[in-house]
Amino acid sequence: MRLLLSILSCFIYTAASAQIDSTLLRRKPRDTSALLMNMDAVYNRPFLTVGKMPVALGGYAEANWQHMGTDGVTEGHQFQMRRLTLFVASGITRRLRFLSEIEFEDGTKEINIEFAAVDMELHPLFNLRGGIVMNPIGSFNQNHDGPKWEFVDRPVSATQMLPATWSNVGFGAYGKQYKKSWVVAWEGYVTNGFNDAIINNALGRTSLPAAKQWPDRFEESFNGVPMVTLKGAVKHRKVAEVGVSYMAGIYNRFQDEGMTLDVKRPVKVWAVDANTTIGATNTFLTGEWAWVHVDVPATYSQQYGNRQQGGFLDIVQPVYKGRVAGFDRSVINVACRLEYTDWNVGRFEQTGGNIADEFMSIVPAISWRPGPLSVIRLNYRYNLQRDLLGNPASRTAGFQAGFSSYF
Amino acid sequence: MKHLFTALLFLTFGYITFISCTKLEPAAPADDAILDGPVEGLTPDQKARFLRGDVAFNDEIFTAETGLGPLFVAASCGSCHAGDGKGHPFITLTRFGQSDTSGNMYLAHGGPQLQNRALPGYTPESVPAGAPSSRFLPPANTGMGFLEAVTDADIAAMADPKDADGDGISGVCNWIALASYETPSPDAIVWKGKYIGRFGRKAAALNLLQQTASAYNQDMGITSEYEPYDTYSGHSIEPEVSNQTVQDVVFYLQTLKAPIQRTPDAPDVLRGKELFVQVECAKCHKPELKTGYSPIAALSYKTFHPYTDLLLHDMGPGLDDGYTEGHAQTYEWRTPALWGLGLSRNSQGGQYFLLHDGRAHSIEEAILLHGGEAQKSSSLFAALPEGDKNKLLTFLESL
Repeated sequence: MRLLLSILSCFIYTAASAQIDSTLLRRKPRDTSALLMNMDAVYNRPFLTVGKMPVALGGYAEANWQHMGTDGVTEGHQFQMRRLTLFVASGITRRLRFLSEIEFEDGTKEINIEFAAVDMELHPLFNLRGGIVMNPIGSFNQNHDGPKWEFVDRPVSATQMLPATWSNVGFGAYGKQYKKSWVVAWEGYVTNGFNDAIINNALGRTSLPAAKQWPDRFEESFNGVPMVTLKGAVKHRKVAEVGVSYMAGIYNRFQDEGMTLDVKRPVKVWAVDANTTIGATNTFLTGEWAWVHVDVPATYSQQYGNRQQGGFLDIVQPVYKGRVAGFDRSVINVACRLEYTDWNVGRFEQTGGNIADEFMSIVPAISWRPGPLSVIRLNYRYNLQRDLLGNPASRTAGFQAGFSSYF
Repeated sequence: MKHLFTALLFLTFGYITFISCTKLEPAAPADDAILDGPVEGLTPDQKARFLRGDVAFNDEIFTAETGLGPLFVAASCGSCHAGDGKGHPFITLTRFGQSDTSGNMYLAHGGPQLQNRALPGYTPESVPAGAPSSRFLPPANTGMGFLEAVTDADIAAMADPKDADGDGISGVCNWIALASYETPSPDAIVWKGKYIGRFGRKAAALNLLQQTASAYNQDMGITSEYEPYDTYSGHSIEPEVSNQTVQDVVFYLQTLKAPIQRTPDAPDVLRGKELFVQVECAKCHKPELKTGYSPIAALSYKTFHPYTDLLLHDMGPGLDDGYTEGHAQTYEWRTPALWGLGLSRNSQGGQYFLLHDGRAHSIEEAILLHGGEAQKSSSLFAALPEGDKNKLLTFLESL
């Protein structure tokens, strides 16, 4: 809470200083070229600069109402402040810059530094980044800002199977090469990694996000072995962007005080992501699919699976562009998200039967974008969750409505 | 004016969403289609306690930090009893170490229950060479408060150890020693310092407190004041679950409703019920029992339909695994309650795993595997015309 107050105080102080002349407050122009990629999302945000200060500020907030029910049981009307995120960017020198992203989730229940890194530009194909970086696995982890999406909830596969938002302390490099309508990009980082909470958690399933519960993860590595994250992506201005990413590390404490306690147990993740806009209809499609492999000890419970897979596909169709309620640049979209996650891919040792433990959902949506920085959205979510044994699925459904806006 | 119209449009749209939200949410399954839910007649404070027990039973998943293991079979109560129904072979409890009434000879080797899973870095147990063993599937939880409230006198009255009536059925009580933390009910029958067991495949547990405390300990490696010994080290350690939580879970199990029969008046179900009696299944699977006094008013002096007599019966050599508990013989098994049988598949992944170890994959197969005292019933069933067999199976599916 004190951290929140301090940051808000800085904002208020900065704004108050600028009240002398409001024209000093300027929107920093965003790159809207068609060659932006998911990896650019962290910097491609609407920042506000004050006069000639070398610091740019920004952020977004999202809140919603929802009424969901599971098999006839509902918790009624819920009003939620999902997150408030603050960005601070600074040009230290012409080719040295700093950006941080601090997120307050569910009020102040979770306060996370999602990104706090210094970038050094050396060559378009080779730039350095160090600090708390977002591991580029899939696309959603890097491109997760609420106002960019037509859906109140983040994708389940990206946030509950993959650990978006997933940031770690480490270093790496990235680069891009343009050629006519093509752009090719790469990223690679070594960072701290996972810990044994991924198979020792109260969720009752293998969960990469459970690793975020370890409070010391920004100050030390759980086992001293760096995690590697690599991503390559290619984009054609008129066709699509496709990315392939890989993340691998050791999650268990295999030695302590010089004594070997266990073998090294790896966790490996592959992901593919893609997005495109169909020119004829202006339909936007984006999605990702990921595969998770975790070396779970054979003597542990099969409830904690060693393979997971899942992904999502968003289809967004603009149906109206123009003036709505006095907002000249309004866009109204209809959209739909399809999601699937298999939390435990495999078969029971005892029976040979399929291990179910799977989730699927469909989320039709209507969104109104009164401007490019804000979205008001209405979703109807319908989930099916099947347990480990494949018993009749529990059904959850309901409406969600809310807004998300950069500020 | 135009803005006002837009605002009204939004308001109308919002209002329609607001009032219609519950209409598009999934309806609750019918009461007779699920096993969970409380008995009728609980007071508000009892309902709150039921919910606390429900959370502890179904939602609390133990980790290394909260006491799991280090040796264990399952990480939560709910993983053995999905939807409060029968278990799946994924969680099979292997019991070992006792082959006669002289007691368990392998207590020093981890008996009576195998912990076949372990936290990383630990080695799970295996059955010691030469030890007798048997695999038990977790039973359904529902209606157990009613079974607990049946008086000892009623159970003893159904017993016929010497088959005095000559019908070939000789149900016997399993006489068991009292755990140190248990208080027998005032009307308990005592024989040579031992009491009538009624829970577990061998009726080796006196009541739901014993079942619960030992399941925390032996299934999950969780110690309590009731069962303070760590299954790995054998040492008495700090309780890893509170007495309050254990008691809440006991209350939850006591007050889970009895399964509700589906289509009880359908002609095939009614005919099947007649056949059930005709082929003498009902001699052990007693259709009707009644409770005595219970401190939970909703359970006191009720008539209910569990299809069990809570007694041990000789089930023949085919089901004799060579392992036993308490005073039971290795070939003796407690009559399992048949209520909820038709819903078993909903907790067993869509297929049947019946009998004590799940070896039967259909009700018919389970009947045909009955031997010993039940051989006659099994043979009478096998001799029924196909149509009558199906009616009897339809009746069992309706339970």
